[in-house]
Amino acid sequence: MRTSLTGWGRSTHSVADVVPVNDTGEVVELVQSAPERGILARGMGRSYGDAASNGGGIVIDTAALNDVTVDGTTVRVGAGVVLADLIDELLRRGLFVPVTPGTSQVTVAGLVATDVHGKNHHVDGSWGHHVTSIDIVDGTGALRTLTPDDADPDDFWASVAGMGLTGVITSVTFTAIEVPSAHMRVTTTPFRDLDDLMQAMREADRGARYSVAWIDSVGLTGPLGRGIMSTAEHAAAPVHGAHAAPKPRARPSIPDIVPSGVLSRLSVGAFNEMWWRVSGRPRTDAIESIGSYFHPLDGVADWNRIYGRAGMVQYQFVVPDDASEVIGIALNRLRDAHAPSFLTVLKRFGPGNRAPLSFPMPGWTLALDLPAGNPRLPATLADLDSIVLDAGGRHYLAKDAHMDADAVRRGYPRLGEWRMVRDRMDPRGVFHSDLDRRLALRAPADR
Amino acid sequence: MRSGLGGVDSVLLIGGSSEIGVAIIEAMAPRQRIVLAGRPSGELDAAAARLATLAPRVDTVDFDALDLDSHGRTLAGIFGDGDIDVVVIAAGVLGDQTVFETDPRAAIEMTRVTYTGAASAALHGAALLRRQGHGHLVILSSVAADRPRPANFVYGSAKSGLDALGRGLSQALTGTGVDVTVVRPGFVRTRMTRGLTEAPLSTDADVVAAITARAVRKRQRIAYAPAPLKYVMGVIKALPEPIFRRLPLS
Repeated sequence: MRTSLTGWGRSTHSVADVVPVNDTGEVVELVQSAPERGILARGMGRSYGDAASNGGGIVIDTAALNDVTVDGTTVRVGAGVVLADLIDELLRRGLFVPVTPGTSQVTVAGLVATDVHGKNHHVDGSWGHHVTSIDIVDGTGALRTLTPDDADPDDFWASVAGMGLTGVITSVTFTAIEVPSAHMRVTTTPFRDLDDLMQAMREADRGARYSVAWIDSVGLTGPLGRGIMSTAEHAAAPVHGAHAAPKPRARPSIPDIVPSGVLSRLSVGAFNEMWWRVSGRPRTDAIESIGSYFHPLDGVADWNRIYGRAGMVQYQFVVPDDASEVIGIALNRLRDAHAPSFLTVLKRFGPGNRAPLSFPMPGWTLALDLPAGNPRLPATLADLDSIVLDAGGRHYLAKDAHMDADAVRRGYPRLGEWRMVRDRMDPRGVFHSDLDRRLALRAPADR
Repeated sequence: MRSGLGGVDSVLLIGGSSEIGVAIIEAMAPRQRIVLAGRPSGELDAAAARLATLAPRVDTVDFDALDLDSHGRTLAGIFGDGDIDVVVIAAGVLGDQTVFETDPRAAIEMTRVTYTGAASAALHGAALLRRQGHGHLVILSSVAADRPRPANFVYGSAKSGLDALGRGLSQALTGTGVDVTVVRPGFVRTRMTRGLTEAPLSTDADVVAAITARAVRKRQRIAYAPAPLKYVMGVIKALPEPIFRRLPLS
């Protein structure tokens, strides 16, 4: 059915034929038909930009590929399995996913195709580190099983963080972690100064499995860059209802009629102020459920609608440790452009993995939610792009909606290597996305 | 692909030597590709030269508004070479109203470019944008389309038809991923209007261009340039005929 698709940021739009598939055989048939505008698999559409859209082409809905089998800590899931459901299933067995992003409304195949990281990247790496095999329908229509230990592992690593452009992932096998409870032991520490916060986070690299910081990007009554560090471990002792699946709750929803501009510097500033005061209270070893710790925003359905018609972009970059000053520069530039960020998250990254398009590298990653309608944003982000790239950093394709081909080429020096594997896996050019076209991932950028 | 911030990667200009069209491309600053489709001429080459540093790829393509049979093939070839984010229909000639009234054949010649050729290109462009599932069609209409007046009603009749086509397409393309903006400039100082008496609220190509780029970013269906013309034309369209006739507009 022709359907208008957008990313989670609601700032990019295109229309495609959404085709639900019931089994891998149907995926193979679609790939063999090689439609003119190509094919792309889409999960829950939580990429912020145009990564899961394919204008004019076919978008495969994998929701029906939802088998889950658990054998010890080896877990095999169909491409359409949603993380929220998987976590419920695993917690019942005392298991948990090795890495989770800030929302559980994502598919596992999507996590692999974007090589998602979580709050434990500095310790545990990203999804690609934990996947033992994937089943994928490549561009020739062959259903293949790829592993990182193959004699020729390039196809596996080109598909991890491959943005769905090397094939349709139909199932993922990974190693789960054992957890003693469904709760977290959380310590929060406020810092009035960005440098102090960053120093504390560096030190937390060694001590804490999970660590992340929220940053006040407005500083209505305090300094820009004050923030709250939160570190956590899995809680050892079972507490009330441990290992029980969280009860489903009715989720409040944001209506689809919010006008652009509701998020002004003042309102975002007020929100940040409130957050600073409420969440900034120091706590040590407070017990929180896994859901409220990892996925707080999942409590409000469609929260992306607060940005109105123009939508939002999430700007997420990473810079190496020796360029940590870029974090402060980015906050200042965006404040000067009156582009208040509703939610600003700072994290440490540990070593990356072998995937040529994987985002994480050792250093700092900053993610900012910005209103796309701000007329000063294009120039400001273009400046920031240069600063990030000059510092040896790069931008996260799963979040991106604004970069150009040159920024990808500079940020991902192994793009050429990935292109060669992609061309081999998809010789007829069956797989396409809007992101692929915008960033000229297939064609040489300098043609 | 357009970016989430409204940035444009590729623009196709039909009427490739149009001063307003070239200014629109400059205002949009496409990041990958510019295609100027027009009859081979020094002006077309000059337009390409002016835009040469703006995008990595700037091409000119032979396009004759009067050769209707070639339109489908020519536009499909351009789209076949990569997606087009914005198609600007700027083909058109003004002609001389005083000639038209004594030489109907000259009048119809003008409409064959300004209406028929432009409409044909717009329809082909719309179909191709629809197939790619995203994009924006910009149709350069005119305030002359709003209400006929003696000074230029033949030109106005052609723009009026094109204007209606654009508004109709805008509705018909709902849900296809394609948006349409009809731009109605007032008197614009360009080669086409050189030597003519300027009307009130006269403007320049770069003003029309900035307004058009903004309208595309905001996905507006109709844009006047300069902006106050929206209200002026609102009043003029509402005037009863006897009063309108007494206005010194001819």
